[in-house]
Amino acid sequence: MIQRFGPLVAGRLVQAILVALVVAIVSFAMMQALPGDAAYRIAAGRYGYDVMDAAAAELVRTELGLDRPLTLQLLDWVVALSTFDLGNSLVSGNSVWSEVADQLGASLLLAICAIVLSVLIAAPIGVVAGLNAGGWVDRLSLVVSVATRTVPAFALGIILMLWLAVEAKLFPVAGYGNGRHLVLPSLTLALGLAAVSNRVIRDAVYDATRSPWYAFARNKGLSNSAVFRRHVARNVAVPAVAYVGVQLAYLIEGVVIIESVFAWPGIGHALVHAIFERDVPMVQGTALTLGLIFVALNLLVDLLCRWLDPRGAGSLR
Amino acid sequence: MLSVTQLCVSVRNERLLGPIDFEIEAGAALVIMGETGAGKSLIAQSLMGNLPSALSSKGDIVWLGQRLHDLPKKDVEALWGREIALLPQEPWLALDPIMPAFHQVEETHRLVMQAPKADAFEKTKDDFIRLDLEGAENRRPGELSGGMNQRVAFAATVAGNAKMLLVDEPTKGLDFERSRSIVKLLKEFQASGSAIVVITHSVETAESIGGNIIVLKDGNCVEHGATDEVLSAPKHEYTQRLIDSDPSLWRVAKARETGQPVLDVSELTVGHGHEALFCEFNLQIFAGERVALIGPSGIGKTSLLDTLVGLLPLLKGSVKKGPDIGRTGIQKIFQDPPEAFAPHSTLKTSLQDVAKLHGIDWSDITRVLLDLNIDLEILERKPNSVSGGELQRVAIARALSVQPAILLADEPTSRLDPITQQETMEVLRSSCELSNTAVVLVTHDRALAENWSDRVIDVTNFISGDLPTQP
Amino acid sequence: MIILPSPARIVGYSLLVILAVLALAGPEAFNLDPVRQSLRNTLLPPSATHVLGTDHLGRDMAARLLSGAQLSLSLALLAVVSASVFGTTMGIISAWRGGWIDRAINTLSDSILALPGLLLVLMMAAISPGSWWVLYVGISLTLWVEYFRFTRQRTRILLDHPSVQASRLLGFGYPHILKRHIFPELMPGLFTLAAFGAATSVTAMAALGFVSVGLRPPTAEWGVMMTQLLPYWREAPWLILQPIACLVVTVLALHLSVGSLTKPNI
Repeated sequence: MIQRFGPLVAGRLVQAILVALVVAIVSFAMMQALPGDAAYRIAAGRYGYDVMDAAAAELVRTELGLDRPLTLQLLDWVVALSTFDLGNSLVSGNSVWSEVADQLGASLLLAICAIVLSVLIAAPIGVVAGLNAGGWVDRLSLVVSVATRTVPAFALGIILMLWLAVEAKLFPVAGYGNGRHLVLPSLTLALGLAAVSNRVIRDAVYDATRSPWYAFARNKGLSNSAVFRRHVARNVAVPAVAYVGVQLAYLIEGVVIIESVFAWPGIGHALVHAIFERDVPMVQGTALTLGLIFVALNLLVDLLCRWLDPRGAGSLR
Repeated sequence: MLSVTQLCVSVRNERLLGPIDFEIEAGAALVIMGETGAGKSLIAQSLMGNLPSALSSKGDIVWLGQRLHDLPKKDVEALWGREIALLPQEPWLALDPIMPAFHQVEETHRLVMQAPKADAFEKTKDDFIRLDLEGAENRRPGELSGGMNQRVAFAATVAGNAKMLLVDEPTKGLDFERSRSIVKLLKEFQASGSAIVVITHSVETAESIGGNIIVLKDGNCVEHGATDEVLSAPKHEYTQRLIDSDPSLWRVAKARETGQPVLDVSELTVGHGHEALFCEFNLQIFAGERVALIGPSGIGKTSLLDTLVGLLPLLKGSVKKGPDIGRTGIQKIFQDPPEAFAPHSTLKTSLQDVAKLHGIDWSDITRVLLDLNIDLEILERKPNSVSGGELQRVAIARALSVQPAILLADEPTSRLDPITQQETMEVLRSSCELSNTAVVLVTHDRALAENWSDRVIDVTNFISGDLPTQP
Repeated sequence: MIILPSPARIVGYSLLVILAVLALAGPEAFNLDPVRQSLRNTLLPPSATHVLGTDHLGRDMAARLLSGAQLSLSLALLAVVSASVFGTTMGIISAWRGGWIDRAINTLSDSILALPGLLLVLMMAAISPGSWWVLYVGISLTLWVEYFRFTRQRTRILLDHPSVQASRLLGFGYPHILKRHIFPELMPGLFTLAAFGAATSVTAMAALGFVSVGLRPPTAEWGVMMTQLLPYWREAPWLILQPIACLVVTVLALHLSVGSLTKPNI
């Protein structure tokens, strides 16, 4: 197990550390770029605007050594992050962790629903198109895929919102609560994902049916359905799952923007708000969490790929 | 059991194969022999009833009284594996890359022969023991050697107990020992009562299969009859050329004389990083001589050459060039001719680049090209649209144009057909003799090495550590 | 790669040329002003005086869309050119030299790739809100990595390829190998990456504008226009569809022109 999956986990752990570092450095730059006195802002972040004064700011200045060189301050900033001390929101005054904890569930729900829905859409279309390459399903799916792929996620969201919510009144326009709120945002993301992944699956199926191992399995005497079940399915699953990995960046970016479009109370929505209000601790906390979700999903895809295709691990080479 | 009459295969109006006639009795052997493009594989595809849809076939294929052309596709497919089986060429590509070997054999027992699960398991286990595949059960094709993959594919193919086995190029890409063992398996299978049809380009394989033979050239049957008779007394000139192209029958003059030492290799250790492939390798090469390095595929002969030429850093020891040998004094010929040229430039551009760089007159280059029997018209093309044999000759011409003292040739003909191989090796010999260039030939073909070169060095003597079990 | 049939490329190129010409001409060429308001003429439907109608402040839509095209396409062009030149150079250096230089550039690229690109651009946008330059730096910073990884991987394979070995043995230097072997092999992939990079850049700018953290009103940026026109869907549905159509046509043209739905595999 460790020999098989260990290196994957280690690689993603390094990525998680890089995520933290990049987020810390950019947040620090953001902090430096804010107008006004940093000591005041941090004091306000810690104690709230109403209970802080010049004395508290002085205290912060000497304690944090804000008069020291920038590199040393950056080091402190990174050390603070490594102890998971994110401070309080400059706007609400609540601790960043408690805010993020509130939003995490909504974002994960949306992301997972989008992936599952995209697979449910892409897999059947891709398989049918691949098995009947050149047929009408294949050609239609190509045209629809190109059309869907070229509409950016947020524009697709607006179109679906105007069409299915405002006009057809099938779903609520925005918000959070019951399952019907989930449909539009997750469908928006799923369509964008499926637009490409159905073609990836289609090509994998097409290549599989023309591969020498497919012909051999048929010539051995196996029926079409047996060959599909025993050989094609798994061999197609490998590139298909790997492609989900490629799409994770699109998914996370989509979550951020789509949450804002549909006022979905997740981390992405919070991040955009925090950026608008230049609430640095919140930006840092939400970006860090989104980055870590990205890493975790990547790890999941890695493990799944390795499980489907164990070549290259634990073998002689 | 099977009779084929007036079989033709054509694409649109162009005939690719035929008309061909032959018959096979139960338990007999038939060899279909010819070079690449002779239409051998079309026969196999016609017999299986799965020609590509762009091709059409005419004529009769009668299997046990049924005309295959009359059967619905479903019924033809029902014959697969159970009555007519096909062992494809390059079995390492034909096995499912991510399924363990054991399951690929077991599924034929279980799903084709409908054996109960426990039975199928036992039968598969027996197969693995019988074919010397123990230990390969849970490995995937990428982790097995070429020979082992071939035996796994063989087991999976014959598990259906077919009455006739078609075998497409069983010895392609395998070295001598492995070829011999797969031929032995095929003979054993025939002895158990099934007919075998073996498609091959190799005279040696044809000889050892025996039975009857059909010799194909450009889709036409040029000669047929009992294999031993045809091969011992060929009537058609093409058959004779095919037989003569077998390296074990070559008569090549030894180098007239050898001159000064041009390369002195002593105590050389070759390998990648800290992993040594060969050690304490010593070799002295003299001007104009032909040295062959032989050894089975996959033991790192290419790395050895790359170290000699300086493309790979040496781990230990020394490689000393002779005094007059400059930067371009050692040249190399590669295994796969199209890989040796920039794919996006025409051959002419590639050669003109060389001429310009070294200030060689273009007429000197064309003279070398003409010496090597190269049609100057092909220079206008890009490497991918020139045949392998011609391209290899252009590669030789390009290498010789900078007047090297040594030419390293890495399996230069292993991707070429037998007759082309013979022509290419002859051209290599004569042109190097003319320019007094030493040749170091790397090959897995012992007969070719012994008949073509002045000296043969078996590199397995210098292997460091154990023999690797896989290529 | 998911390859599209070849007529798609011709359509894509034609669209790109039209877009480029329109953006180069800009609103000035048609004697239009993207910022002049006219509160008496708001939400007008398309007519002879206002070809595409007017927005909620009575500004000419055609003028604003042209001005938005200038913003989007100039950002895309600059970001792609800087990212591709920088990334390709780094990739070749990395593949060529190996050793610590390779490891250093690789770590840098891994750090950028650790986060989804848009997150980085968003955070950069918070450093200096509403600035075109911050968008340019942020997008270029996320884009160069693709060129780097693509170039590095392909060049490494090519340098070990028999054709390059043969050239080296024949005495050719690196300029020749770059010209004859490496660039011809890299070009198609680099063009595909460029088209995808341009699409990413155009989309990112509009997305940020739409969620109010990109360029700020009254700039006539497509994303900003969408936010502003969304509330007027009921009265003037054609208005919001215009910037959406511009965005979609631009991305479509870029995808069609390289004839691919996916980036080259790295």
